[in-house]
Amino acid sequence: MRREPLINALIVVGLLAVPLWAYMADEPYVITLTTKVVILALAGVGLNLALGLGGLVSLGHAMFFGIGGYAAGILASHAQSYDPIMEWPFLIEGTQSMPVIWLLAIVVSALVALATGALSLRTSGVYFIMITLAFGQMFYYFTISWPAYGGEDGLSIYVRDHFPGLNTLDPIQFYGLCFVILLLALFVVARLARSGFGLALNAARQNEARVRAVGIEPYRLRLMAFIISGAITGLAGALYADLNRFVSPTMFSWQTSGEIMVFVILGGVARLFGPVAGAALFILLEEVLGGLSEYWHIYLGALLLIVVLFARGGLIGLLAGQGKGDDDD
Amino acid sequence: MNLILLIEQLLNGLQFGVMLFLMAAGLTLIFGVMGLINLAHGSLYMVGAFAAAAVAAATGSFTLALIASLAAAALAGVIVEIVVIRRLYDRDHLDQVLATFALILIFSEGTRWVFGSFPLYLDVPAALSGAVALPFGINYPAYRLAIIGFGLLVALAMYLLITRTRIGMRIRAGESDREMIGALGVNISVLYTAVFALGAALAGFAGALVGAIQSVQVGMGEPVLILAFVTIVIGGIGSIRGAFVGAVLVGLTDTMGRVLLPVLFGTFMDPSSATAVGAALASMSIYILMAAVLLIKPTGLYGSA
Repeated sequence: MRREPLINALIVVGLLAVPLWAYMADEPYVITLTTKVVILALAGVGLNLALGLGGLVSLGHAMFFGIGGYAAGILASHAQSYDPIMEWPFLIEGTQSMPVIWLLAIVVSALVALATGALSLRTSGVYFIMITLAFGQMFYYFTISWPAYGGEDGLSIYVRDHFPGLNTLDPIQFYGLCFVILLLALFVVARLARSGFGLALNAARQNEARVRAVGIEPYRLRLMAFIISGAITGLAGALYADLNRFVSPTMFSWQTSGEIMVFVILGGVARLFGPVAGAALFILLEEVLGGLSEYWHIYLGALLLIVVLFARGGLIGLLAGQGKGDDDD
Repeated sequence: MNLILLIEQLLNGLQFGVMLFLMAAGLTLIFGVMGLINLAHGSLYMVGAFAAAAVAAATGSFTLALIASLAAAALAGVIVEIVVIRRLYDRDHLDQVLATFALILIFSEGTRWVFGSFPLYLDVPAALSGAVALPFGINYPAYRLAIIGFGLLVALAMYLLITRTRIGMRIRAGESDREMIGALGVNISVLYTAVFALGAALAGFAGALVGAIQSVQVGMGEPVLILAFVTIVIGGIGSIRGAFVGAVLVGLTDTMGRVLLPVLFGTFMDPSSATAVGAALASMSIYILMAAVLLIKPTGLYGSA
């Protein structure tokens, strides 16, 4: 039953082959689409850490996705208008440098995850779901009613932000950048899952009382997982802003949270490559069904229902058979 | 800021709270009895509003429209319960969230398919279209006053249903021990379907009542759903009394925050930034309220464990 590594390898090969083919065939749209898959997969990888490993059903991850997006949007808009963010007590100017933007996206997402997580993790189960959802909505309404950065209209990034040594306006180079980040994030999550921290987190999900009995406090583990998870999703948000060169409050909406969760579930919860497979399937469905019918969400809903009711391991579970990830059922 | 405006806004807040109670009561009942988190509750609200708008357009009668909203939402509730929801009672919350999220997609797009993307309008009935003169020289819209009345009536009816009738007794028994009442010969699956239909009917009724104030459109249910979640988190999940207290608190906080916060900031800021900061903070006020309640009581005001 060791089919999962093979499937993971096939996914990586596919994510290399499709854009390369598109580059040869001069199909920039396909490259952009694959970039979208990679970025959304990254957001899912973030959520999967909290959801799959930690058992934290967060319906508020759009909060981090949006924060990352607005980190990119706000820094870029100040850089575009040569208007410093603050002049006192020290000068902070906007920037279009991706590494700086990413750092800010990660740090702010992590801080927000610390604050909201510390509060939400006091509760569990259905309370946790509703509270994370509510915090996400809080940011959504805040961005809508805060006029300084575009309010409901959002912000445009006129020229894609820069990365040293690359021409990010070239679709294939931007894709390569996003792909490398996704692989790095997958590597980090895989290492985390096997570390003492990951094992304890997984154990806390399966049996909280036992973890407590051996002297580990689940609250801290979960808070740490929520923070790392939020930071990864925040980074994805910053990349997504640069992909579209536009950010809007929609990034914060609860539908975004729902969709990120759908990537994880379609692919397979707690599978390392689950979110990648799920995001790819989602974008493929959006393209194929969206071309057939304006109302493609009906089919998406029906498919999701079938997956939840009958195929619980998601796509990777279906292909790799049961085994890993379903140990608690 | 004068007193009359303040009282009007208090009434608006109360009306909003009563509306939220109709949504939150169903949600909290369904969670209390069946242990199910239902994201598609907002879709039932939308179904009620669309049914009312369609019937009102066809017959011109607001009473028939209200009856249609109850019937359509209850019917949709029964169908959804039998086809999907019933399979979810034994599943974990994640599965419930996803399956009901899928239901939202199906309901929303299905409604868009049938009725189109343009909003429908539901007119306030002629008998309630004017204003009512209240003491202190306040003129308040009769329809909003009627909503407050309807809501309080429903709250009272719910209270009597749950504390005084046989079905209410079974619902309470179902909340404390599901297996036991099954063993005692109560048909649980019928009871569950009935509770779900009751919750759905309340949501649909709320949708129809609000539909006459706002426009009836696809996606109208989800913002209300999330506020209803905040409400029952504040009140304590599973508690009808908590839902009522939470709904009124949320309704008043939201409405008064929007009115008072800009004024408050206006006392020490220039008007335009006071409006901006006040509006932004007001949009967050109920979530701050929720966070504050959770800091003190993680299970909500009336919640138990």
